[in-house]
Amino acid sequence: MLEIRNLHARIEGNEILKGIDLVVKPGEIHAIMGPNGSGKSTLANILAGREEFEVTEGEILFFGKNLLEMAPEERAREGLFLAFQYPVEIPGVSMANFLKEAVNEIRKHHQLPSLDTRQFLQRMREKLKLVEMDEKFLSRSVNDGFSGGEKKRNEIFQMAMLEPRLAILDETDSGLDIDALKIVANGVNRLRTNENAFIVVTHYQRLLNYIIPDFVHVLYNGKIVESGDRELALHLEEHGYDWVKNESEISI
Amino acid sequence: MPDERKKIEDQQILDKISKSEYKYGFTTDIETETAPKGLSEDTIRFISSKKNEPPFMLEWRLKAFRRWSKMVEPKWAFVQYPPIDYQNAYYYAAPKTRPTLKSLDEVDPKLLETFEKLGIPLEEQKRLAGVAVDAVMDSVSVATTFKKELEELGIIFCSMSEAIQRYPELIQKYLGSVVPPGDNYFAALNSAVFSDGSFAYIPKGVRCPMELSTYFRINTANTGQFERTLIIADEGAYVSYLEGCTAPIRDENQLHAAVVELIAHKNAEIKYSTVQNWYPGDEEGKGGIYNFVTKRGLCEGENSKISWTQVETGSAITWKYPSVILKGDNSEGQFYSVAFTNHFQQADTGTKMIHVGKNTRSRIVSKGIAAGQSNNSYRGLVKVYPTAENARNFSQCDSLLIGHKCGAHTFPYLEIKNPTAKVEHEATTSKIGEDQIFYLNQRGIDKENAVALVVNGYCKEVFRELPMEFAVEAQKLLAISLEGSVG
Repeated sequence: MLEIRNLHARIEGNEILKGIDLVVKPGEIHAIMGPNGSGKSTLANILAGREEFEVTEGEILFFGKNLLEMAPEERAREGLFLAFQYPVEIPGVSMANFLKEAVNEIRKHHQLPSLDTRQFLQRMREKLKLVEMDEKFLSRSVNDGFSGGEKKRNEIFQMAMLEPRLAILDETDSGLDIDALKIVANGVNRLRTNENAFIVVTHYQRLLNYIIPDFVHVLYNGKIVESGDRELALHLEEHGYDWVKNESEISI
Repeated sequence: MPDERKKIEDQQILDKISKSEYKYGFTTDIETETAPKGLSEDTIRFISSKKNEPPFMLEWRLKAFRRWSKMVEPKWAFVQYPPIDYQNAYYYAAPKTRPTLKSLDEVDPKLLETFEKLGIPLEEQKRLAGVAVDAVMDSVSVATTFKKELEELGIIFCSMSEAIQRYPELIQKYLGSVVPPGDNYFAALNSAVFSDGSFAYIPKGVRCPMELSTYFRINTANTGQFERTLIIADEGAYVSYLEGCTAPIRDENQLHAAVVELIAHKNAEIKYSTVQNWYPGDEEGKGGIYNFVTKRGLCEGENSKISWTQVETGSAITWKYPSVILKGDNSEGQFYSVAFTNHFQQADTGTKMIHVGKNTRSRIVSKGIAAGQSNNSYRGLVKVYPTAENARNFSQCDSLLIGHKCGAHTFPYLEIKNPTAKVEHEATTSKIGEDQIFYLNQRGIDKENAVALVVNGYCKEVFRELPMEFAVEAQKLLAISLEGSVG
């Protein structure tokens, strides 16, 4: 579903990504790991369509379409979802209102009728259970006054509501205690099907104890320097990122 | 060629966005009878006699005119406009249809058509919303509904002209009692030449069972519109009044100088809500309404309450400060405002809360939104007299900027003459966040809807003060106004 070829990108003249190749197929979970500043979040943001980053080379295909030519909302409507590292607060806009707008925009794109209020409410209640959140939460403003953990769970809740084909989790585990981490992981595992795929961007191995990846890629200095299976993540935990740094410097 | 088609589509979308022109821009072709151009005692005599007014009214108008002649136009507001030639305008225009109409059947069908275009067919309103509509088109009220039902409760709701004929004692007692003719330049002008408006009187202990509503509409080229509204809630009475305006496109600037007076007696409450959408001028700042309005409420009796809620999206220039004089002990004043400016619009708006009585409270929530090259100012006064023991005020003034060519300004004035007063003021200025927009985009919501969502969220505190149907209308209006403001 996703094919990244030789992706180079920069921000304010600094090259962050220096040739990324990645293929993601339906049903797969890919973990992207790497030290701070390696370009993990940049990659996630470019996939979602953030404008600050300039793609200088390479291409991205999403179900055969040129992703880089699509506006962020088109990407979302085509089924690409980003769970933000720092979810944004939107005061005065209730979760229910916001999600209704989002769900119906996406449905419209697929020529489906809008959900009526009852259907919509029913669906929200169902999905709330997945992240163990209270119904009161629906009348609160988007992320406004949410704790760190609530914000991350809210991202997973939105993912459940929007049912994307490809979800990118950008350091969704950072700042979460173990209980919240389990809730998030459980949400992902229950949403997993043979049709959809996940890219889990993380600094730590910890999350991967709960979300078992099919592939692990190590990003360092704008390049994927290692790819492997889950064992790679465990190896990383044991040896730290210095191991990668040394390896990559030797290989250069 | 798919590329070619996409290009064309993009262009169409762009065109649609950048030319979100005023949607209510059409004129109704109704014959009008106008006073000769210019302003003089003769003009005033013409107006007064056309309206068949009693002598006291003519005297009142002439006095106001003489005051006005000696006054100078105020210059302190943060707005700029070319000098107004008061002698080059018409001061009276009435539809030639018969002004005394008993039912809708007698209303000029063309007028009804206009209302249909506005999406406010009277029949619909009557049936569905349970709103009594006193429709003012240009200067003369042409249709008043629900009158009977209100009459049974002793509620008077009619045009000002009718009130002058039928209730001269109330007019003499209250007209100009809150906004005296010499109050300010535009109020004096209005007092001299006011054409029509609404009058409401809610008797003692009566709770008005429906929202009273008036739709104003400017319809004659070069005719200033001088509305005069007077609402009185007697002891223990309650009324909620809605004022909504739309106006057709005009090239020349049109002067609008309305006066609204509210009087709340002991234990009475008046809620006054406005959605203002006068023609704001085009993208180049050409045309548009000058809206110089004096709105003031008097909390005359103890425990009385007056609340102003306004959503201002229209007019080229807005100069408007709905105020409350808190005279009665324990009385309460509120001001909730959303003022949106785009293109070259200028708004200088806010409120005055004048604390005179003991334990008086006031609350000000102002949300300014500036886009394009517009200027949006909040100007507010909180005045606490020595007599106002334990007065309290809370003010919150927020400004939201869309783009980088617009301006937001806050001019708060405090005059506190009693040491027991508690006055709080909070102010914020923010730019609409790229991050917020991107977040919403990422959830499938396009830029325009994203901005509308963020702005509506920002205004929520004010919108929830509006009656339900009105809040929906206000949100729609804001969304329409926002179109094309996003670069």
